[in-house]
Amino acid sequence: MNTVAAIDPHHAAGQRLRERVFRGATLAAALLVLLLLGGVAVTLLAGAWPAFAHFKFSFLTREIWNPVTDQFGALAPIYGTLVTSLLALLLAIPVSFGIAIFLTELAPVWLKRPVGVAIELLAAVPSIIYGIWGLFVLAPILQRHVQPWLIEVLGPLPVIGRLFQGPPFGIGVLTAGLVLAIMIIPFISAVTRDVFETVPDVLKESAYGLGATTWEVIWQVVVPYARTGMIGGIMLGLGRALGETMAVTFVIGNAHRIGSSLLAPGTTISASIANEFAEAVGDLYTSSLVALGALLFLITFSVIAIARLMLLRLDRKALSSV
Amino acid sequence: MSRRAIRKLTNVLALALSGVATAIGLFFLGAILWTLIRNGIAGMSTTLFTAMTPPPGSSGGLLNAIYGSVVMTLIGILIGGPIGMLAGTYLAEYGRAARISTLIRFVNDVLLSAPSIIIGLFVYELLVIRMGHFSAIAGAVALAIIAMPVTVRTTEDMLNLVPQGMKDASTAMGAYPWRTITSVIYPAARSGMLTGLLLAVARISGETAPLLFTALNNQFWSSNLAAPMANLPVVIFQFALSPYPNWQQLAWSGALLITLSILILSITARLVVSSLNAGGRN
Repeated sequence: MNTVAAIDPHHAAGQRLRERVFRGATLAAALLVLLLLGGVAVTLLAGAWPAFAHFKFSFLTREIWNPVTDQFGALAPIYGTLVTSLLALLLAIPVSFGIAIFLTELAPVWLKRPVGVAIELLAAVPSIIYGIWGLFVLAPILQRHVQPWLIEVLGPLPVIGRLFQGPPFGIGVLTAGLVLAIMIIPFISAVTRDVFETVPDVLKESAYGLGATTWEVIWQVVVPYARTGMIGGIMLGLGRALGETMAVTFVIGNAHRIGSSLLAPGTTISASIANEFAEAVGDLYTSSLVALGALLFLITFSVIAIARLMLLRLDRKALSSV
Repeated sequence: MSRRAIRKLTNVLALALSGVATAIGLFFLGAILWTLIRNGIAGMSTTLFTAMTPPPGSSGGLLNAIYGSVVMTLIGILIGGPIGMLAGTYLAEYGRAARISTLIRFVNDVLLSAPSIIIGLFVYELLVIRMGHFSAIAGAVALAIIAMPVTVRTTEDMLNLVPQGMKDASTAMGAYPWRTITSVIYPAARSGMLTGLLLAVARISGETAPLLFTALNNQFWSSNLAAPMANLPVVIFQFALSPYPNWQQLAWSGALLITLSILILSITARLVVSSLNAGGRN
């Protein structure tokens, strides 16, 4: 009867205590995630309060940004953030769509993984590297070869011509949009590829069986099936572009004005903060910059939240690359 | 043209364009790496690793910046890593089915994609204002906040890969959950969790925006955590935009250094993950 060890009450109590401590620690760490988001929101709002209270609604509608007279309005950075991000989406969506098609339908098996990893590595390159590359390599090329052509050919056109007028600065809104596009391509294409791979083979094979070409299968079977996930991926890319800081700071030119031309220098919310925050003197100046941060927080978090909700239905593991 | 010919032509065109799109993506990766190597290699010498950041016009290296980056990244991962692992453990084990876990997963995913400059502002308001000055510890905390969501996500994914049978066997032996988790599940998921840490290190070691107004920068050697500390990303930022050729050269070399380290970390992490996934499926 002695082969079964008697239960030592002290040992059991020790085990129960450790269980409670460990379980409590994991729960506390998990709750810290929630606390962190709440903390960020409360802190930013508190820091932004003086600016919001002083300028009221006009903070959102004025273009002026003058630290000397303490007059601050967020319109130019908001405009720059939205225009550069939309430009980035416009350029990145078709390329990402193409990459996803190539990786899921076209590439031979041995090529899929290396090409997929190489595209994902574009996302691993730090944003400051995109910044110096954009400033020292891309901007001069655009200034010498691309922008003069845009000004000459598109400038005289009615309506859209206004977007391509003025001198070719090299740096500016267009350059920032292009750099952002390169940076978000890996995110959009990774999500699109992953949702394409969730399309059941039976659906595709049925279409092939009816005589559809590869393109018809993609456009009429794969895309409708994967639409929600694709939009989620695009929104995720948009969230990245809106909040991207260092790359934009290098190439946008940092001018607090709204130019009608895409070739003109501008600024974005994140670039303004990065450039001016450490040197800002005066409570109202600092608070106005934090208020810009609070606006950025609001915009990006809604975009990212919508994106994540759209992607929630998908298998989480299929999306581990983002 | 017949309808059939048009369909075939559309197909060929569309697929060719998708190949072109992929080539564009690969071209930019190649172009960036080529620029870094071409401009950065000239400054790669032993002085880069042995001398401090110089004043304009004289020669020097990046030793204090490299040291600062390593220190802040390490402290960041030492704070953010364990907390993230515990939180990931809750999501994968204790709270797997709890309603609050759905919310935590969602908020964590949002934090994962949050702009890092926002985190910088948050830590500035939280620590820098209260301490009264910029400091390395504030920079490390900002990096920890960015590393945490990455670790939460990878830990949960990796713990979920551990076969349920192993957990059941341990429970059947009379082990408490904490015992099962620390003695059975963690060892089984060890390499996956380490990979998660690698990815988190790769993510934070190139971050610039959150350090701009937390750690700031320091022209000199400093190992004081309560004082501003030099770090590679901010040095690259300042030196690249300076008019001095020797500073610009250091910026390029620093950029090459940081990018190579991050790419090596990411590729290593991916290789480990893919070998794990292959093992899991068999």
